[in-house]
Amino acid sequence: MPEPTSQKIPVTVLTGYLGAGKTTLLNRILSENHGKKYAVIVNEFGEIGIDNDLIIGADEEVFEMNNGCVCCTVRGDLVRILEGLMKRKGKFDAIIVETTGLADPAPVAQTFFVDEDVQRNARLDAVVTVADAKWLSDRLKDAPEAKNQIAFADVIVLNKTDLVSGAELAEVEARIRGINPYAKLHRTERCQVALSDVLERGAFDLDRILEIEPEFLEAGDDHDHDHHHHGHDHDHHHGGLKHYHDEDMQSLSLRTDKPLDATKFMPWLQGLIASEGQRILRSKGILAFSDDNDRYVFQGVHMMLEGDHQRAWKDGEARESRLVFIGRELPEQTIRDGFERCITT
Amino acid sequence: MKEFDPGDNAASIVSVTDRVRGLTIGMPVTSVHFLGENAAFVGAEEEVALVNGDGGISRIAVHSGGILCSAFDGMRLAMGGDDGKLKALNAAGEVALLATDPKRRWIDNVALHPDGAVAWSAGKTAFVRGGTGEDKSFDAPSTVGGLAFAPKGLRLAVAHYNGVTLWFPNMTAKPEVLEWAGSHLGVVFSPDNKFVVTAMHEPALHGWRLADHRHMRMTGYPGRVRSMSWSVGGKSLATSGADMVIVWPFASKDGPMGKEPAMLAPLQARVSAVACHPRQDILAAGYSDGTILMVRLDDGAEILVRRRNAASPVAALAWNSKGTLLAFGAEDGDAGLLTL
Repeated sequence: MPEPTSQKIPVTVLTGYLGAGKTTLLNRILSENHGKKYAVIVNEFGEIGIDNDLIIGADEEVFEMNNGCVCCTVRGDLVRILEGLMKRKGKFDAIIVETTGLADPAPVAQTFFVDEDVQRNARLDAVVTVADAKWLSDRLKDAPEAKNQIAFADVIVLNKTDLVSGAELAEVEARIRGINPYAKLHRTERCQVALSDVLERGAFDLDRILEIEPEFLEAGDDHDHDHHHHGHDHDHHHGGLKHYHDEDMQSLSLRTDKPLDATKFMPWLQGLIASEGQRILRSKGILAFSDDNDRYVFQGVHMMLEGDHQRAWKDGEARESRLVFIGRELPEQTIRDGFERCITT
Repeated sequence: MKEFDPGDNAASIVSVTDRVRGLTIGMPVTSVHFLGENAAFVGAEEEVALVNGDGGISRIAVHSGGILCSAFDGMRLAMGGDDGKLKALNAAGEVALLATDPKRRWIDNVALHPDGAVAWSAGKTAFVRGGTGEDKSFDAPSTVGGLAFAPKGLRLAVAHYNGVTLWFPNMTAKPEVLEWAGSHLGVVFSPDNKFVVTAMHEPALHGWRLADHRHMRMTGYPGRVRSMSWSVGGKSLATSGADMVIVWPFASKDGPMGKEPAMLAPLQARVSAVACHPRQDILAAGYSDGTILMVRLDDGAEILVRRRNAASPVAALAWNSKGTLLAFGAEDGDAGLLTL
């Protein structure tokens, strides 16, 4: 019997390439005086200098599901650890899963989609990726893991900004946005980010897939921590950002203000996920169907989709459908054409 | 058993709820065992509650944290904790420390052998301590999902990703591997030592006939199988995981190969725990809505033990060795003792 979302324990997945500052952020989360207790699943014991009997070592065992789909992988060790942790329900408020620097976040996220017992007790809150402002641009060229982690993120903590110039920072941000324009991006030194910006985000909560606008459209508002916000010097790009197109990892957004035909759209989406799911890392959508007064929302990780009617469209609200895919070498024209055919005429 | 009379009128099910002594354990219960004169309810954390014949409850501190696993051999109740300790409780209420993991890793699984040997696992490593007291270890290819001693000889089944390893701790021979793709999270031997059955992470069981490693796929469950119990004499294996009790036939030399399971006591709720009676062909089944039924294996006749109580699933069921008492506990700590 599913418990209401609010009673499920939120789980934050903390990723980031080697040396980006994951442990620094983790230590901050654990040591700051926030009155909350976190259970932490880590890969290397000892890096965390804090005594906490709820720090658990993991083995990062990635298991294939027995359904013939090679991208349907889960973290077997996580299933076991979460089950054990649930015996101590009430002793902690949230769980943080730290992955190794070379890990793909997908199996962690997929664990929350496929395992019934995990779903009953815990909910994925967000994937938070810590990135090194100085080295990320290089890693995006030579480390596919780093690119995956950026593409997958709901929140990106762009760390060590004190080690780069303003131009270098603009460059690395533009590269991030070329891959993932939707994640919340925070510029930090020594991971000094408000914990409310990385925890309790509800990024996988269907009820909170409210805005799937690209984050860079409002990037100018994101600097309010530094006071030279209005004195932003070299503002020769629109919105202060260059535009990059990453060669193999992109995002694709679709929208229409005409209603979609559910009998065409659902088979199309499922077919798309079945054929391209290995390349599609994340997907999200808010949909307006013809003859349906409710908003339909969905999200997915690779081939795993979940969706539901969310609420009735409000009077005066634009009944607009919007979808976002982030993935590798997405066949853009094929996807656009397929989507067009689902629009009622 | 003359008490077991389902009567003629199926619409008004026979009830023995008036013979149940209700108990409030005061903590979430994960398993229950008859330890001497007491019913021992294992809590999710820290303690075991011992309940005597008069319903008096005494609590015994065992672990400083979550209790992750337990095993019972009729004499000793062994438990592994997230404090890295393996402990045992005896009928006198004495707690013994059997082992401490040097790295304080979780003790994920434990199994007991009737001759006194104990096995446990932490991460990928399984340990066995035989009668001589010397510990031996075996590293599985992945995290150990379950442990079970064979009914004969000192042989341990270690369930892991992609199969089960059968290890003879006292022999140098290479362990035997039973392969099947997927994650195996629980393992049992049939009482006649002819079959090994695992509960998988996916909603299915997998079995092997030990003589020739023939596979037995037991699928069709809507949920993961967490509870398995052999009927008296090992003739069949009752399982949780569906909205009825699924009972696989093991009486013939082919086990359930090519056979359909019996499907008993369907309800609008998932079976969460099963326990076969030690002497009669009946079982107790607990459901996710709190219902408990006694079910006759021959014809599926039912007797009500506990009414639906949607608050909490039944987590623990056990018969005493004579089969005169049934203890049960729910996840929320509500429990009871039925006297037959």
